[in-house]
Amino acid sequence: MPWDRNQMAARAAQELEDGMYVNLGIGIPTLVANYVGDKDITLQSENGMLGMGPFPYEGEEDPDLINAGKQTITELNRTAYFDSATSFGMIRGGKIAAAILGAMEVAENGDLANWMIPGKLVKGMGGAMDLVAGVGRVIVVMDHTNKHGDSKLLKECTLPLTGKGVVDRIITNLGVLDVVDGGLKIVETAEGVTEQELRDATQATLV
Amino acid sequence: MKKIYGSAAEALDGLLFDGMFIAAGGFGLCGIPELLLDAIKDAGTKDLTFASNNAGVDDFGIGILLQTRQVKKMISSYVGENAEFMRQYLSGELELEFNPQGTLAERMRAGGCGIPGFYTKTGVGTVIADGKEHKDFNGETYIMEEGIFADLAIVKAWKADETGNLIFRKTARNFNPPAAMCGKTCVVEVEEIVAKGELDPDNIHLPGIYVHRIIQGEHEKRIEQRTTRKREDA
Repeated sequence: MPWDRNQMAARAAQELEDGMYVNLGIGIPTLVANYVGDKDITLQSENGMLGMGPFPYEGEEDPDLINAGKQTITELNRTAYFDSATSFGMIRGGKIAAAILGAMEVAENGDLANWMIPGKLVKGMGGAMDLVAGVGRVIVVMDHTNKHGDSKLLKECTLPLTGKGVVDRIITNLGVLDVVDGGLKIVETAEGVTEQELRDATQATLV
Repeated sequence: MKKIYGSAAEALDGLLFDGMFIAAGGFGLCGIPELLLDAIKDAGTKDLTFASNNAGVDDFGIGILLQTRQVKKMISSYVGENAEFMRQYLSGELELEFNPQGTLAERMRAGGCGIPGFYTKTGVGTVIADGKEHKDFNGETYIMEEGIFADLAIVKAWKADETGNLIFRKTARNFNPPAAMCGKTCVVEVEEIVAKGELDPDNIHLPGIYVHRIIQGEHEKRIEQRTTRKREDA
């Protein structure tokens, strides 16, 4: 059985080490926060916060306290606030250990596409280009194939790039792959998924 | 020097002109200068260029100036929440320049610091880099981005003292300090103006040197994505 969204998030949480400052993207990456366990992880929200807490209880929402997805959130006893230039200063300065992000396509050389589809409505890149260019390690969490069954792990991206050669590791519903010299390397397969099944679903070169 | 004004319209008097460039604070609908945007709508100033991370929603934030066709161009990182924006953009009525969010923030900060250009890795190898100067430092490639020098900055803070020293609240700080810094003139709306000496000098977020005019007012502070969790059963 391939991993479901929560199992992918749980696997991604294993990438995080005690003491890390981490930025989580929207979608499945947000779920990673539920699986960090006892590890001391500080979440960054790029609109200007370190130490992001859970969603507030009903009636306790604060319009001055939101995450980068514009959702109401809470603070913790470690929280620090700062302005957007400082926030992206720490991102561009390499102070954030890792970003876990969703993607539309990843190429075997680590190119990432996750911000626009030509001909469709373009909403903007937000902070994604800054994150992939600046953080220590970029981990992509996404389905292995798109809704048409086509591989999202490609020899070359077809969509406009968010960053060139930026991805370090990819966690899909079928397994975990690393970007290495010459292509992608299978690190593990999801329980019940064979290496052949993963290979068959992958267009990128596997080494 | 008196910095406190009685209303948003008074505070903007003499500062607005058609075709001007305005830097605005705020992220989504959080920490946006809602009173000053209302006053710009009432003033009817046209052909505005805005540097602002987002474009509001249809009936709040910069969205109200899109309804009245007062905006010529937006410089933003994400504009997904606004249907009228998309309509005007797709029909060619509105110009749009996408900037990565950190590039936009740094362009404002740099402009405010007298820095006309800087190099960044953000956007290298993407469409953002097209036509921009590339330069290698220590074996890595960077692109040059330009500082923003705006005619006017409009900003929302939590508290100001009479001299314009500002304190922001939680994530409503966001783009407000860099926007304030890059404006030739900066007008700030706050929830409370306090007397000199009432703010702790060690805890000023933006010094009053960047602030020229201040108003106090009531803010709607609309929530864009109200998200909550259930209370655990006791």
